[in-house]
Amino acid sequence: MTETPSKGRVLPVTDLSLVVLVGASGSGKSTFARRHFKPTEVVSSDFCRGLVSDDENDQSASKDAFDVLHYIAGKRLAAGRRTVVDATSVQQDSRRQLIELAREHDVLPIAIVLDVPEDVCVARNAAREDRADLPRRVVQRHIRELRRSLRQLEREGFRKVHVLRGAEEVEHATVVTERRFNDLTHLTGPFDIIGDIHGCSAELEALLGKLGYADGTHPDGRTAVFVGDLVDRGPDSPGVLRRVMAMVQSGDALCVPGNHENKYGRHLRGRQVQHTHGLAETIAQMEGESEEFRAEVREFIDKLVSHYVLDGGRLVVCHAGLPEKYHGRTSGRVRSHALYGETTGETDEFGLPVRYPWAEDYRGRAAVVYGHTPVPEASWLNNTICLDTGAVFGGKLTALRWPERELVDVPAEQVWYEPARPLRSEAPGGHDGRPLDLADVHGRRVVETRHAGRVAVREENAAAALEVMSRFAVDPRLLPYLPPTMAPTATSTVEGYLEHPAEAFAQYARDGVARVVCEEKHMGSRAVALVCRDAEAARARFGTDGPTGSLYTRTGRPFFDDADTTEAVLGRLRDAIGAAGLWEELDTDWLLLDAELLPWSLKASGLLRSQYAAVGAASGAVFPGALAALEGAAARGIDVEALLGRQRERAADAAAFTDAYRRYCWTTDGLDGVRLAPFQILAVRGRSLAALPHDEQLALLDRMVERDPTGLLRTTRRQYVDTGDPESVRAGVEWWLELTGEGGEGMVVKPLGALVRDAEGRLVQPGVKCRGREYLRIIYGPEYTRPEQLTRLRGRSLGHKRSLALREYALGLEALDRLAEGEPLWRVHEAVFAVLALESEPVDPRL
Amino acid sequence: MFLTIGTTGTAEDPATDLGFLLHKHPGKAQAFSTSHGTAHVLYPEADAERCTAALLLEIDPVALVRRGKGKGRGGAPDAALAQYVNDRPYAASSLLAVALSHVFSSAMKGVCTARPELAAAPRPLRIEVPVLPARGGPALVRALFEPLGWEVTAEPVALDAEFPEWGDSRYVRLVLETDTLTVAAALRHLYVLLPVLDDAKHYWVSPDEVDKLLRAGEGWLGGHPEQKLITSRYLARRWSLTREAMERLELVRLAESDDSEVESIDNAVGAETETEERPTPLAQQRRDAILAALRESGAARVLDLGCGQGQLVQALLKDPAFTEIVGIDVSMRALTIASRRLRLDRMGERVASRVKLVQGSLAYTDKRLKGYDAAVLSEVIEHLDLPRLPALEYAVFGAARPRTVVVTTPNVEYNVRWESLPAGHVRHGDHRFEWTREEFRAWARTVAERHGYGVEFRPVGPDDPEVGPPTQMAVFSTQTVNEKEAKAA
Repeated sequence: MTETPSKGRVLPVTDLSLVVLVGASGSGKSTFARRHFKPTEVVSSDFCRGLVSDDENDQSASKDAFDVLHYIAGKRLAAGRRTVVDATSVQQDSRRQLIELAREHDVLPIAIVLDVPEDVCVARNAAREDRADLPRRVVQRHIRELRRSLRQLEREGFRKVHVLRGAEEVEHATVVTERRFNDLTHLTGPFDIIGDIHGCSAELEALLGKLGYADGTHPDGRTAVFVGDLVDRGPDSPGVLRRVMAMVQSGDALCVPGNHENKYGRHLRGRQVQHTHGLAETIAQMEGESEEFRAEVREFIDKLVSHYVLDGGRLVVCHAGLPEKYHGRTSGRVRSHALYGETTGETDEFGLPVRYPWAEDYRGRAAVVYGHTPVPEASWLNNTICLDTGAVFGGKLTALRWPERELVDVPAEQVWYEPARPLRSEAPGGHDGRPLDLADVHGRRVVETRHAGRVAVREENAAAALEVMSRFAVDPRLLPYLPPTMAPTATSTVEGYLEHPAEAFAQYARDGVARVVCEEKHMGSRAVALVCRDAEAARARFGTDGPTGSLYTRTGRPFFDDADTTEAVLGRLRDAIGAAGLWEELDTDWLLLDAELLPWSLKASGLLRSQYAAVGAASGAVFPGALAALEGAAARGIDVEALLGRQRERAADAAAFTDAYRRYCWTTDGLDGVRLAPFQILAVRGRSLAALPHDEQLALLDRMVERDPTGLLRTTRRQYVDTGDPESVRAGVEWWLELTGEGGEGMVVKPLGALVRDAEGRLVQPGVKCRGREYLRIIYGPEYTRPEQLTRLRGRSLGHKRSLALREYALGLEALDRLAEGEPLWRVHEAVFAVLALESEPVDPRL
Repeated sequence: MFLTIGTTGTAEDPATDLGFLLHKHPGKAQAFSTSHGTAHVLYPEADAERCTAALLLEIDPVALVRRGKGKGRGGAPDAALAQYVNDRPYAASSLLAVALSHVFSSAMKGVCTARPELAAAPRPLRIEVPVLPARGGPALVRALFEPLGWEVTAEPVALDAEFPEWGDSRYVRLVLETDTLTVAAALRHLYVLLPVLDDAKHYWVSPDEVDKLLRAGEGWLGGHPEQKLITSRYLARRWSLTREAMERLELVRLAESDDSEVESIDNAVGAETETEERPTPLAQQRRDAILAALRESGAARVLDLGCGQGQLVQALLKDPAFTEIVGIDVSMRALTIASRRLRLDRMGERVASRVKLVQGSLAYTDKRLKGYDAAVLSEVIEHLDLPRLPALEYAVFGAARPRTVVVTTPNVEYNVRWESLPAGHVRHGDHRFEWTREEFRAWARTVAERHGYGVEFRPVGPDDPEVGPPTQMAVFSTQTVNEKEAKAA
């Protein structure tokens, strides 16, 4: 059966709106709603009455029922969902509340009136069991009130009013969903978004030329998008209007209105406006144009839509910036914000309004591109960018290529108009130490990661991280990453060993990883180094003033108390990077390094003294006397042989413990004796290197180490193992035995491919540690190698640690990706903060 | 862990009588099972001239950790036990004291049924404890034992001979000698004073510990000049230990993951201030000055940013002119103490509705802080690293923007007037900087100008003509600017 065009009325209804059905009891509202809208779109007062009173017709429950109705409708509208209110709504007061609700959520209120004769309503009510005894006078009252309302609905604020007269018209009407004017999500560009022009037509033509447009058309089919303020102040507003209008007309451009067009438009409609801020120039220039052109301009300006949502919702363009809750919304205040921005109500020393820094608060996923506030340079802040670079004030005219995110600009030919105040980069979004917002990190949170989905942070862990981050960590702008924890290899059953590489190789073989690298584990303290090529590079990329990078611990604390020592280390690293040619090769002016800083005693001296050396001192002092006493008793013929034997073993274990920690301690003086062993380049400008295979990583780092004449850098020894080849595995085990036999801490086994997934697509552990037998005395105590202790320790459980390691790894990767993609600071910090929070989760600290 | 008790004697009064006194035969090695391992008693020497008994406690450190973990609410009371590598198997601590009382319980009571006159008589005694953890060092060891009639030799044990720069450990090698005490008295001294010197106990201190202390201290504790220290350490701060186990675990883990001691990060609440409240006059004067400035400003809704243990919040609550008081601190521990101090859980509804304590951080902007009349930053800024100070400035003066902001901070010039403060030292371990009057004023004026505030300065405490007051205070106000403008216009 083919559908025949309906002869009934067609009612356009906006896709995001609050639809109010108006009609007497029995007029067929519920049936109408069911027929034309999704069941979840409709909220009925009867249903809400039932919710609060178990009786859909209990009129005494109306107040509570409408509270619930308004609450549900409010939640839906806040979430951007069209909502249909099925209540009589024949009284002005009840409609007023709904209109307020629509305004509160910046959606269009739409009324659909079902004007059905009294007899029909009464007959329908009589047919319904629950309404059979509804008095006729109630329906009569409804209809009286409805009739009275009809003429005033538009005045009340309904932006569309559809009146259906009679049961017949109601029956045959159809509803069609209309897009909002600002919804151009289906357009994907590519776009060239152009900042405030202000009558600078020569600069506009130059910029269009530079962007590749020929006579308003781009050969690759790109679309220009103008952020408004085409007119006023500059030399040729008519020329600019002519160009832009033609491009919009031909479909080569989109345009949103600026406050200057808006004011000029009012002038053209004959309203009284002050001829200030350059309007006088526009009016004078337009005097020379034809009446016809002025009429075209008036119509063009009248039709401009306050803002556009483009490219699947990824891009929002408007004149003065727009908070996320206004994107795609339609109300007077949305238009006002889009045109004028928000002000604090104060004025600055130049008498101009102080603008509220909405971009600082912006946390939306859509990029917001705007103009309005002249700044010397266009720069991103929280995924927003202002393109008004003051062309008319002698600055430049700037365009943003989307999705490339490239800036293209042409300089102004001259100062066309003197600015009322100097161009400042401070507002919006200067680099003036402006902090992140607590709401970005506080409380229970879920971080979306691209490699492992959602990672949750519990409230108490966030609270602990907040304290450490606030009181001890380096500036968050210089803290783009925290290293994840690492799980040890599965517990070994080899006699005398708790950890042994055989398990690590076997595990990776099971995970489908054919080739792994074994990297020497340097026994020092984990250090992350952010090295910029110079202070200017640090300023440009990280927005800090002074330091050329940072060097911090695994909880984000600066490694050295004084900035000079940090700068000295960064300087040596910088020289090595430069000498190795890595700036050019990696096409970057900053580098993020994961490393180990030695000796251990440098940072852990407090812990060493209070714990490790203390145990060594106590055991060293107690055993001579105890053994002498036992030997004395033995000499007297008393049977203490077994006890003496045990005590001798314990004394030997304690001595081995002291030897173990001593290997990782040496005296340093300034930077003399300090060593830094980098083992991964985490990220450089524009890309995360977390997936770069480890052999390539190490080759780059080797070149740095070779070219460091100061002796600071230390190489990482390594051995490659094929997990499927018994010979190769044996060689790997041998290598570990040798390494740990010399007193080494142990090694880390990593998949050669760095970022690897198993057959089911899950992340594989990025590394597991195999710690040396002697080293583990520091962890498990001097006597852990005794058989009864080993047996007990083998019961250790690794599940939580492994899960934690993967979650932190995913967060670390996320931080690097966000950093590389130039995402806003709060997005990077969110992931970094989450790593720190997870570190405070309860897990056996010996693992 | 190990100690020896020796005596000397003659043929008539043989040293081997020690065996009777201790109820342990010198010819045998005996083993006793105790809750944390096996205690052995044996005699390395035993003849008429010299007799020495050795007590050796074999401790199982892993079992110790497991036991500790299972106890109480989520953790061992003794911080050392929470570590898997610890000195308990080697050092003479409360574990040894418990073993002592268990193995020599009759001797400690002075009971010797066979030879009652022996037990009552003093003997020449020599006690050696090779590894005694002594918080307070050799000086305290002497101060505790000498008044009891002991001749004390206390030598510090070096931390590590290979690293002389690390200095001494917290252990001393202790030798006690006397001719005037009975064995029972000697044992009771050790039973009480070993854990007191260690300043940590391996078991939960319960109310019956008071009775134990009174029993063991009978006859000597009452007149001891260090009685107060002994009592308070022996009865370790019960609630503070519970609290530690309950609230610091997340921070403990963060410290662990960073190879640092938990004390180095969980230090928002000073150790010396948590035991007893003794407001120094300066702290009181500071609060008075802040209250005066707030009253002048006419503020009703006040933020105490960095409220610490809530002393200022408490003072604000006493004045009904302050209708809403919000204490903000980044340390959950500080907030818990503040809440306890204010007795928030027992406060009447009307008063309670005026006060709120919440965790927050001035390194971040915080919407909850907007719209208040006044904010106090009392002794807060100096706890921030200087490079992080601009973040606080923006969070308070740029984002929260209360009409009035009161800031106090130490005046470093005054430090020369503190007799107890060594030259060049800051007043608190966590002070990242201390400013001169000049430095503070320069900072305050810059901040005021950048954010549209007026600022004036006041001294707090005696204003020394040469070095100024101990505390300096700045009062920032948006009104000042407007008033000035009004006057100018």
